[in-house]
Amino acid sequence: MNKVENNKAWFLVLPVFLLVAFSAVVPLMTVVNYSVQDIFDATNRYFVGVEWFKEVLRDPRLHDSLIRQFIFSFCVLLIEVPLGICVALMMPKEGRWSALCLILLAIPLLIPWNVVGTIWQIFGRADIGLMGYYLNAMGIDYNYAGNSGDAWATVLLMDVWHWTSLIALLCYSGLRAIPDAYYQAARIDRASGWAIFRYIQLPKLQSVLLIGILLRFMDSFMIYTEPFVLTGGGPGNSTTFLSQTLTTMAIGQFDLGRAGAFSLIYFLIILLVSWLLYTAMTHVEKGE
Amino acid sequence: MAEIHLKQLAHSYSDNPQGHKDYAIREMDHVWEKGGAYALLGPSGCGKSTLLNIISGLVTPSEGQILFDGHEVNALTPQQRNIAQVFQFPVIYDTMSVYDNLAFPLRNVGKSEDVISAKVKDIAYMLELEDVLKKKAKNLTADEKQKVSMGRGLVRDDVSAILFDEPLTVIDPHLKWKLRRKLKQIHEQFNITMVYVTHDQLEASTFADKIAVMYGGQVVQFGTPRELFEKPEHTFVGYFIGSPGMNFFEGSFQQNELYLEGHKVALDNEMKSKLSITPYNQLKLGIRPEFVEVLEADSPLLSNLGKDEKGAEALLASCENCFKCEVLLVSDLGTYKIVSLKLGNTEFKARLPEEQSVPKGSAYVRFPGNWLKVYADEYLVD
Repeated sequence: MNKVENNKAWFLVLPVFLLVAFSAVVPLMTVVNYSVQDIFDATNRYFVGVEWFKEVLRDPRLHDSLIRQFIFSFCVLLIEVPLGICVALMMPKEGRWSALCLILLAIPLLIPWNVVGTIWQIFGRADIGLMGYYLNAMGIDYNYAGNSGDAWATVLLMDVWHWTSLIALLCYSGLRAIPDAYYQAARIDRASGWAIFRYIQLPKLQSVLLIGILLRFMDSFMIYTEPFVLTGGGPGNSTTFLSQTLTTMAIGQFDLGRAGAFSLIYFLIILLVSWLLYTAMTHVEKGE
Repeated sequence: MAEIHLKQLAHSYSDNPQGHKDYAIREMDHVWEKGGAYALLGPSGCGKSTLLNIISGLVTPSEGQILFDGHEVNALTPQQRNIAQVFQFPVIYDTMSVYDNLAFPLRNVGKSEDVISAKVKDIAYMLELEDVLKKKAKNLTADEKQKVSMGRGLVRDDVSAILFDEPLTVIDPHLKWKLRRKLKQIHEQFNITMVYVTHDQLEASTFADKIAVMYGGQVVQFGTPRELFEKPEHTFVGYFIGSPGMNFFEGSFQQNELYLEGHKVALDNEMKSKLSITPYNQLKLGIRPEFVEVLEADSPLLSNLGKDEKGAEALLASCENCFKCEVLLVSDLGTYKIVSLKLGNTEFKARLPEEQSVPKGSAYVRFPGNWLKVYADEYLVD
C-alpha cells in the first residue's frame, strides 16, 4: 500500500496546539521566566539563574509546609478512600432510595469551596456553631482557632465531608458495572462477604479508584480556599499548606522570582507523586 | 449428584397471574435422572433461563415443587442445593491465579491445602489447564476462562448438578467444538447431572442425552435428539430442530378423509378414529425436508409421463401421497441440495442427495405416510 504523506495535514493540529499553548505553555513559561530573575519592579529585574531554586529548596518554612501538605494529603486519602468505598457498598442498589442517596451525596460536591470553608467556620465556632457549641457543652475543650490539633481535625473533617462523595460516587458506578453473574458465582462458590469484596468488588473497582485517588491526591495537595477561609492557616502556621505559603509569597510579599521557582517545584512534586501513584496502581492492576 | 424432579412446576413473575400469558414457565412435570446430560433448547425469551434459575435456586418458583432426590429444595439457595453453574460470560476471580481460582470453592469450606492441591491438580489435568495453573486468571483466553469457571464447579465432590447457561457464547467457533467435546468427556467421566441451556440445536444435540425444547414458557417436547427429529410433538419442534425445519401444509379432515392442500392423503383407520375424536381449530400436516421424495426420471410414473398420459394419470392416482408441484429454486450446498418447491399455495423444501438431478419447472414428490405427521392446534396427533 502506498501511503501519501501530506504534511499539510499538520495544520489540522494547529487549533489544539494554539489552545494548549495559550492555556498551559505560555503561563508556564512566564513562571519559568520569573523564576530565574530577581524582580523589583517592571523595569528593575536581574537574571539570577538557579539562585531562587536553591533558596526555595533550603527554606525551612517551605519544608514545614511541604511536610504538612504530605501529611494532610495522606490523611485525606487514608480516610476518604475506605470511607467512600464503604458508603458505595452500603448504598441501595436500585430504586427510589438509590436516587435519593445519589442526590444527597452530590450536594457537597456542588457547594463552592469558600462556602464550604464558611459553613465549617461557623459550624465549629464554640459560641454559635452547632458542632463547636455542643462539643464544648459535652465538656470537650474544642477550639479550632486556638488549638492546632482541633484546627487540623476540623480541616480534615471538612475535606472528608466535602470530597468523600466523589470517591463514593465513582465506586458506586464501578460496583453497578459488575454483572450479577459474579455475585451468583461467588455465592455458589460459598465465598464469604469479605471474599466477595476482596476478590470481586475491589478488583473491579481498581480503575475507578485509580481515577479517584489521583484526583483526590492532586486536589488535596493543592488545597487552598477551604483552610484559608476556615483557619487562615492558623493557629500559628499549623494549617498553612503549600498553596497558601505560595500565595503569601507571591502576592503578600511580591516575591515573584522566589514564588516562580516555588511554583515550578510544587508543580513537579505533584507530577512526580501522581506518576508514582499511577504507575504503582496500574502495576497492581496488571497483576504482575 | 441428584435426580431433579420438577413437580407441577410453574412460575409467574406477576403476583396475580391471570392466564397463560402471565406465566414465564407454564406448569410442567419432568424427572431428570441422576447423571444425565440434559439440554434446554429454545429461542430467546422462551423461559429456558428462568427454568435454569429455578433449578439452580436463583429464582423461587411461584407454583409447584422442585425436588432433588425426592427432597423439596424450593426454599434452598444455590449453595445449599450444591449446584455449580457456568454462566454465559466466564466468571473468574481476576486477581487470583488459575490455581487459586480452582482452589477457591474448597478453601471457602475449609479443606486442607493437601486435599485442595490434589483435587485442583486432578481437575486441571482433566481440563487441560495444567500449563496455566500459575498464570493470573485474567490473562487467559476466553475458552480457558470458561474452563476455569467450569473447573470451580468440578473441584467440589458434593456437587449435585452442573448448570450451563449458554456457556459457549463468547467462545471462538473452532474452540467451541473442542470445549463441547471436553464437556461430553467430563460428563462421561464424572457422571454428574448436567443441564445445558442453549438456543443452538447442534450444541444441544451433541451434548445432551435428552433435550427439553421450550417454547412460550412450556416444554413442548422432552426427548432424545432422534425423537425430536423423527417425531416432533409440536410444530415448533419441527420448525426449530433441523435445517431447514419441517415443512407444514394446511390440512383438513372431512368425511373421514384427510386432505393436504385439497389433495387426499392416505390414512390408516387408527389415525382416522383418533382424528375424529380430537377437538381442534386448525389442522396442519408436516414432513421433514429429509423425508420428502422427489421422484427421479427413471421412476415408473415419470417414464410413462408424456408417452402414455392416461397411464401416467392412473399411476399418479395409484401412487400414494404423490403430488405434482412447482420447482422454485435449487440450492446446492456442496454435500446436499435443498430444493424449494410449491404445492398449491404452500412453499416447502426437500433435502436431496448431491447426485440427484432435479427436473426444471415441475416435479413429482411423494410424502411417505410414516413421515407425514398430523398436528391439531400445533400438537402432534399420535
